[in-house]
Amino acid sequence: MNVIVEREKSLSALESRIEALRERDAGSDEVKQLESKVEQLRRDMFGNLTPWERVNMARHPKRPLSSDYLAALDAFDELHGDRHFRDDPALVGGFAKLRGRRVVVLAQMKGRDTKENIRNNFGMVSPEGYRKAKRLMELASRFRLPIVTFVDTSGADPGLSSEERAQGEAIAACLVTLAKVEVPVVASIIGEGGSGGALAIGLADHVIMAENAVYSVASPEGCAAILWGDAARAPEAAERLKLTAADLEGFGIVDEIVAEPIGGAHRDGARFVEKMLDAVDGALRLLEPLAPDALREARYQKYRRIGAWHDDAATRAVSGA
Amino acid sequence: MPAPEWLRIRRDKDVPAEDASLWVKCPKCSEMLYRKDLGDNAYVCMRCGHHFRMHAYDRINLLVDSDFVEIGDHITPGDPLGWVDRRPYPQKLEADREKSKLSEAIVTGFATLEGFPVALGVMDFNFRGGTMGTVVGERVTNLLEEALRRRLPCIIFTASGGARMEEGMLALMQMAKTTQAVERFMSDGNLFVTVLTDPTTGGVSASFAFESDIVIAEARASIGFAGRRVIEQTIRQKLPDNFQTAEFLLEKGHVDMVVDRRQIRDTLVRVLDYAVDRKRLAPALKAVPEFAGA
Ligand SMILES: [Zn+2]
Repeated sequence: MNVIVEREKSLSALESRIEALRERDAGSDEVKQLESKVEQLRRDMFGNLTPWERVNMARHPKRPLSSDYLAALDAFDELHGDRHFRDDPALVGGFAKLRGRRVVVLAQMKGRDTKENIRNNFGMVSPEGYRKAKRLMELASRFRLPIVTFVDTSGADPGLSSEERAQGEAIAACLVTLAKVEVPVVASIIGEGGSGGALAIGLADHVIMAENAVYSVASPEGCAAILWGDAARAPEAAERLKLTAADLEGFGIVDEIVAEPIGGAHRDGARFVEKMLDAVDGALRLLEPLAPDALREARYQKYRRIGAWHDDAATRAVSGA
Repeated sequence: MPAPEWLRIRRDKDVPAEDASLWVKCPKCSEMLYRKDLGDNAYVCMRCGHHFRMHAYDRINLLVDSDFVEIGDHITPGDPLGWVDRRPYPQKLEADREKSKLSEAIVTGFATLEGFPVALGVMDFNFRGGTMGTVVGERVTNLLEEALRRRLPCIIFTASGGARMEEGMLALMQMAKTTQAVERFMSDGNLFVTVLTDPTTGGVSASFAFESDIVIAEARASIGFAGRRVIEQTIRQKLPDNFQTAEFLLEKGHVDMVVDRRQIRDTLVRVLDYAVDRKRLAPALKAVPEFAGA
C-alpha cells in the first residue's frame, strides 16, 4: 500500500465532482470554489513530505521511469548484452543524443506494470547487467562520449544465480570503471536509489537528484527489520537513514536537486522529465571543458572528502558537508 | 633526518584482553580446546579445522616478521547522523571499543613479510561487525595513498557485514572512495592483494575486496554480496550448506585460491615473490628504518 496513492484517492472524489460540474458550467462559482479547495488540500497533503512519504513518492506507480527519460532523448540506440551470458533487461544502455550532444546512456528499468516488472526483475540488476554497463562505460571513454545514468532500483538482484555469478565483483567492476573513465559522468537519481546496486552506476562527477527521490544505504523495511525485527517500523527507519535529496545535498553526496511539482513528479511527468534532462545538459556543459586529468582529479577529491570522522592527530573534525 | 610523520605516531601494539576461561568449545565439532593450543594453531580447531574469527592484532602477529607500524589510528568515528536505535550510536561505539580493544573495524600500517615491505590492513568483525563506515573508508584510502607514495605492495584482510547502517549514505559512499584509491594505486603498477576472511559481505564485497590483483579466500569463510536470509526470502527455499563459502566461490571462479589460515603467510610471501621486483622495493626499504634490517 502506497501512502501517497491512498491520499490521492481521497482527492479524486472531489476532482470527479468538479469534472461533472465543469461539464455543465465551467465558469460557475461552485467550480471555482471547489478547484481552490482541491489546490489547498493538495498543498496540505503534499507540501511538506516526511522521509517515509518521499519513499512512497519515489515508488509511486505513476512516477516517471527510466523508459520515459529514454523516450524523451533526441535519439537512442540500445546496445545489448554483456558478451558473456545474457542481456539483462533491468539495466538498459546504448548510444544516445541528449540536447544535440552524443552520449552513452545507462538506465535502471523498473516496469510500468506487472508484466514489465516481471520481465525486468522489478529493476533489480543482475551481474550481467552490471557487466553490460561496464562494457558501455569503457566504450564511452574510448570514444570520448559523456556517460549519463538514470538510477532507479530498490537494489541489486539478491538471487541465488546472481550470487553464483559474483554480484559483488560485478558492482565493484562498475565502480572501478567509473573511477577510471576519462569522460564526464552525470548521474540522475530519479526514483529509488537502493544501496550498492544503485551506486554501481551512480559514482559520478555530478549527481542530480529529483526532489522526492530517495537514496539509501538500506531499504527502510530492511533497516527496520534489522533494528527492531519489525519491517512495519519502516517509516521510523526512513527518518533515521537520512535518505532524502536535501539530507544528501547537505552531506556533499548530491550536487543538485531538481524540484518536483506539488504532489510529485508524476503530476506533470513529461515536463519533469524535460526539466531533469535540462539539468543533465547543464551539468555536461560545465564538465565538458575539463581535461581528462582534471576531471578525474576532481572526481577523486569529491569522493575523497565524503564522510565525517575525527582526526585526533590534528584535533579537528573533518566533514564532507 | 627527521622521522616521517607516520613514524612519529607509531605505537606499541595493543594486546587484546585475554579471556579468563582456559577452554573454548568449537562451535562446529563441539570439541573442548585448550585456549593456548588454539592460539598456537592460528585459532584453527585442532580436531575439525574450523577457523575461529580472529582479532586483528592476533592476525597481524601471525603475519609480520617483527614490527608493525600502525598508521591511521588517529582517524576515529563521529556520529554524522545523530543515530539512535535501541541505543545511541556513540554508546555502541564505546561498547565495541571496550569489547574489542580497537578504535575501529580496521587496523592499518606497515610491516615486512619475509623481508618484503608491505602496507597491511586487517579488518576485525569484533568492532560493529566489521562494517564499513567513514573511518574504515578513510583508513583504507589513507593506507592505499601511503602505499602508493612509497610504491609498496598492499595487502588487506577483509571481514565485514557490509556498509555501516548507523552512518547511512556516508557509509555507502566509502565504496566509491576506497574504489578510487584502489584504482589509483593499481594503475601505478602496484600489487594489491585481498584476503577474504569470515565473513566478507555487502558493500565491502562490492568494492575493494574484489578489486585486487589477487583475491585469496580463507578456507571455510562465508563470502557473498547479499545476505543468506535475504536470498532465502527472495527465492523461498533453503540454500545448500556450502552456498557462499570460500570453496563454493573457488568452484564458481570468483577467487584465485582458497587457503587454510595456517598457510596464508607462506602463500602471501610466494605471491609477493612472483609479482614484485625486490629491486623496486629497495628504496622503500631504505626509507623506512624499521625495514632496514630486514
Ligand atoms: Zn572443531
